[in-house]
Parts: sequence; structure tokens; C-alpha cells
Amino acid sequence: MATVIFYLTAIVAILAALAMVLSPNAVHSALFLILNFCSVAVLYLLLRAPFLAAVQVTVYAGAIMVLFLFVIMLLGAEKADLGTEPIGWQKPVAILLGIVLLVEGGYVAYRGIRLPDMTAVEATNIGDPVTISSVLFSKYLLPFEIISILLLVAIIGTVVLTRRDRAHLREEA
Amino acid sequence: MNDVSTNAYVLLSAILFTIGVVGVLTRRNAIVMFMSVELMLNSANLALIAFSRARAESDGQVITFFVIAVAAAEVAVGLALLVSIFRAKQTTNVDDVSTLKG
Repeated sequence: MATVIFYLTAIVAILAALAMVLSPNAVHSALFLILNFCSVAVLYLLLRAPFLAAVQVTVYAGAIMVLFLFVIMLLGAEKADLGTEPIGWQKPVAILLGIVLLVEGGYVAYRGIRLPDMTAVEATNIGDPVTISSVLFSKYLLPFEIISILLLVAIIGTVVLTRRDRAHLREEA
Repeated sequence: MNDVSTNAYVLLSAILFTIGVVGVLTRRNAIVMFMSVELMLNSANLALIAFSRARAESDGQVITFFVIAVAAAEVAVGLALLVSIFRAKQTTNVDDVSTLKG
């Protein structure tokens, strides 16, 4: 049963990612990316990470993608960028190098990794909020604090970047 | 419950990452390029959680939590940059933003 769900969800995730890259309309790209994030959240549930599945749906598919859609519609930038290609050979070379990267990654995924046996994993619940928060607030306390500073810097940076300067506003008025 | 092997998850992660890379390299709309970067971060998260299950430790999930926080900060700053570029140039096509080119 888990195998069937995995393969169905994986196909949905890959198709959504491809549609995101290929779709000419940026709004459609954003919606396909939301579909991809939701199917990855299902995979998180299969990997026994229910807390991160919830975080994925609320933060990624919710907050971040709403921000994306908001900016796309604010700027009216959903039109296609296709047809304007100053370097003609760039796109085929990019696709070729992507295929090379995929073959390398696939080879590593199937041959390179030596993993411990997963039979002992069944009993442990590594993904519930209690376990995650006890690790987060003991072993990873310093990175957690640094993340809070990083988010503060991002907030200030966003405000500074999008603020029009006063002289400019006075000119327009 | 028969589980899917970690290798299958890592392979899926590699496929999604490659699609993200090709998206960044082939698209010219800065917003779509940003979304491809998000796709790459997300595929890295998937690999981290798969390894976290394989090792039966929570560390991978905690690091995924950090990656999501960093991605949120990056999107906020990146979209602010896009908005101010759009104000100056009325475009989100990265080829049109080449003022520094010699």
C-alpha cells in the first residue's frame, strides 16, 4: 500500500515540477509548484514526518506561495518570457547538462549509498513534535537563535528594499 | 507495512532537483527562476527527511526545519528585490537587467 502511494505521489510531484518549468504563464507555474509541495508533503507523511508535512503545507504551500502569487499579480508579470533568447545554444546545453546531472544523481542514489537496515526504525517515532522540539531546543539551540536573527534581518531588508525614498515621493506629489 | 527504500526517495529527490536546475537555466522570467530555486530546496529537504528515517534520528528533520526558515527569508528578500527592479525597469526578464554589463 505504501509503495503504491509512493509511486503515485512521486509521479504527481514530477509532473507538477515539469509543468511548473514548462508553463508559459507564471501564475500557472506557481499553482503547479503548490501541487508539487503538497505531494511532497504526502511523501513526508510516508516518511513518518507528520510535523514537517504540516509545516510544508502551511509555510511552503501557504505562506511562501501566497507571497509569490501576490507579487506576480501585483507586478502583472505573468506573461511569457519565451521567444527572447539572446544566446541560442544556451537552452539545449542546459537541458543536456541537466540530463548528465540526473544520470549522476541516479547512479549515486542506486549504487553509492550504503544505508543501515531500516527494520529497527519501525518502533521509533522520530517525526512527532515532541521529539523534534527536544532535539531543536537542545542540540540545535544556537542555529535556532541564529535563524531568528536571520529572519529579523530579512524583515528589515524587505522593508528597506521596497521603501520609496521620501524625496522621490515628494516629487510625485 | 512494507516501506519504500531510501534509494527511491533519493532518486526522486535527484529528479526534482534536476528539473529545478533546468528551470533556472532555461527560463528568463525572474519569478519562475525563483520558483525553480524553491523546487531545488524542497528536493534537498526530501532527501534529508529520507536519510533521517534511514538513520532513525531526528537531526535531518530539524535541519529541514531550518531550510524552510531560510527559504522563507530568501523569498521575502528576493521578491522585494524583484519589486524594486520592476519599479526601475518595468520588467522581470533577467536579460533586460544588464546595466552592469561592460
